[in-house]
Amino acid sequence: MTLLEFDDVSITYQSRQGQIPAVRNVSLSVLQGQTVGIAGESGCGKTTLTSAVLRLLPKTAQVTGQIRLNGEDVMAMTFGQLRAVRWAQAAVVFQGAMHALNPVQRIEAQLAEPILLHEDVGPKAACTRVGDLLEQVGLPARRARDYPHQLSGGQKQRVMIAMALACRPSLLIADEPTTALDVMVQAQVLDLLSSLVAELGLGVVFISHDLSVLAATCDRVAVMYAGRIVEQGRASDVFARPLHPYARALAAAFPRIGDARFRYAPAGVPGDPPFPGDLPTGCPFHPRCPMASELCRTSEPVLENHGEWAAACHHAGEVLV
Amino acid sequence: MTPQSEVSALETRDVGVEFRIRGGAVARAVDGVDLAVRRGEILALVGESGSGKTTLARTILGLQRPTSGAVYVDGEALSYRARDLKAYRRRAQLILQDPSGALNPRHTVYEAVAEGLRIHGLHQGEEAKVADALSRAGLRPPERFYLRYPHELSGGQRQRVVIAGALVLDPDVIVADEPVSSLDASVRGEILALLLRLRDELGLTLVVVTHDLGLAWNIADRVAVMYLGRILEIGPTEEILSRPQHPYTAALLSVVPETSRREPIVLAGETPDPTRIPAGCRFHTRCPALADGRAAAAGVDGNCRSVELPVLTADVSAHVSVCHLVASHAGR
Repeated sequence: MTLLEFDDVSITYQSRQGQIPAVRNVSLSVLQGQTVGIAGESGCGKTTLTSAVLRLLPKTAQVTGQIRLNGEDVMAMTFGQLRAVRWAQAAVVFQGAMHALNPVQRIEAQLAEPILLHEDVGPKAACTRVGDLLEQVGLPARRARDYPHQLSGGQKQRVMIAMALACRPSLLIADEPTTALDVMVQAQVLDLLSSLVAELGLGVVFISHDLSVLAATCDRVAVMYAGRIVEQGRASDVFARPLHPYARALAAAFPRIGDARFRYAPAGVPGDPPFPGDLPTGCPFHPRCPMASELCRTSEPVLENHGEWAAACHHAGEVLV
Repeated sequence: MTPQSEVSALETRDVGVEFRIRGGAVARAVDGVDLAVRRGEILALVGESGSGKTTLARTILGLQRPTSGAVYVDGEALSYRARDLKAYRRRAQLILQDPSGALNPRHTVYEAVAEGLRIHGLHQGEEAKVADALSRAGLRPPERFYLRYPHELSGGQRQRVVIAGALVLDPDVIVADEPVSSLDASVRGEILALLLRLRDELGLTLVVVTHDLGLAWNIADRVAVMYLGRILEIGPTEEILSRPQHPYTAALLSVVPETSRREPIVLAGETPDPTRIPAGCRFHTRCPALADGRAAAAGVDGNCRSVELPVLTADVSAHVSVCHLVASHAGR
């Protein structure tokens, strides 16, 4: 079953500098029980795209195309419908768990809030649910009495995941859920997410700039650059044999330990990502691309095949000599 | 001169750092560390939050006074007199994780880089020095960046400004605390390549504090793995990351995503509270080798729980670790 579908979605911000196209013509779908990764750098539009699912964007954002959540057009929903869908059908685990919790409220109160607001249950039943939720994410139920400062970073991230699960959504959007966590804690959180997918049959959209994390956790991956999907396919394919030079650079940024090619040879892309309001002509990646040709400077390649495995590049799959 | 008799650029001898916390408990953040770093070497100090790696780095820089032991710079004990410290801080620079937090939003790039020179009263040739530092850090042509403010720069450029601010004083030693963990993936490699180039061109000694073993594989000559205030394993990067001895190092290595040749060993829980360091081997409460019976099979499980392990001595070339199980294999 398709939980989430982006159909030719473009999102433009109105600003003093004019129109800023943050997301351009993105089509992507997430099935039940599937984890889909979105990779890309700051400013590539990945957070804008996923914020649109629950209409969390500022008023200056203009959305075209269709976003369907469980078959329903999100943009056409009334505010009441939208309110019913938030938390109960789709929930977000925001970036920076350290700062997302209210420091002067107990965990209990914060976890119970969405339950009390969205479901017809009393405080007592909500309290029991909070205990269950904490245990579901591997924390003892008594931690409900704690304040956020009494928890470590990894524990706070678990609480954020528990909160997203509070109203039993079918879709979870996790925005950089492990960035700023230690490797071991990251491994624990990733394990937790995979087990939740397996147990609850959740669909997950997993946003990260670390392609190696996505490769380890996702079924499919879409790589975004300058508002567009530049490559998408099976996570293992995209990580192991990326077609797009940008995806290749992202894959190489986190080296394979033990591989002599990466020893004393950190791989990066020269230059910086373009400002969305001032994109280069042709392929937006061409000023940073080692394979750029005349064609790349003039015409922007499009992602032809949104199916199995595709890249928006004039030189997709070619090897740099 | 043999490597053994060569004077280390930096050395800590049995350094301990204690913090008294509310309620009277004492946290031993660093609990006996012997470490020697050669001139021109890149050492990665690896560990989880709470391992004491940042406290050790601050101690090396003289920002934190050790409660026991001492830090030696070029063979001489670090002096904590104000004047000596100021002179030392000209030679030893710090680069922090988050460049946005490290730069004053109201200072231009020029002011940010020149600040160190002004503090140390080095007014002569200021502009030439700033220009030189900026171009060394990869911001070329430097004049184009003088009047920019941090908010006009990308994350990678900001980190380059921070690095230029460290380079402008012509330091011998740079301590970098998670220098790329807040940067985008594509910029990360560029900054690491810059650090590597600075070592090659200027002969800088570099201590990089990180939890990222991939970073260590990219640039470090040696790796020291810290846990709860002690170094558990140290040695050349290739050895540590290809043939780890200590069960903790093996576990850290196994959870790096997509090194999937290994079965991930996900340790439960987190580093224990440094006010209550476990008896015996400090890692025994989370040790997978003790939990799965490998330690018992070797007959060392009792030792793991009760016999404390020695502090690793500062040897700049060996691959060594402190573990009862590893010792029992070696003894056979």
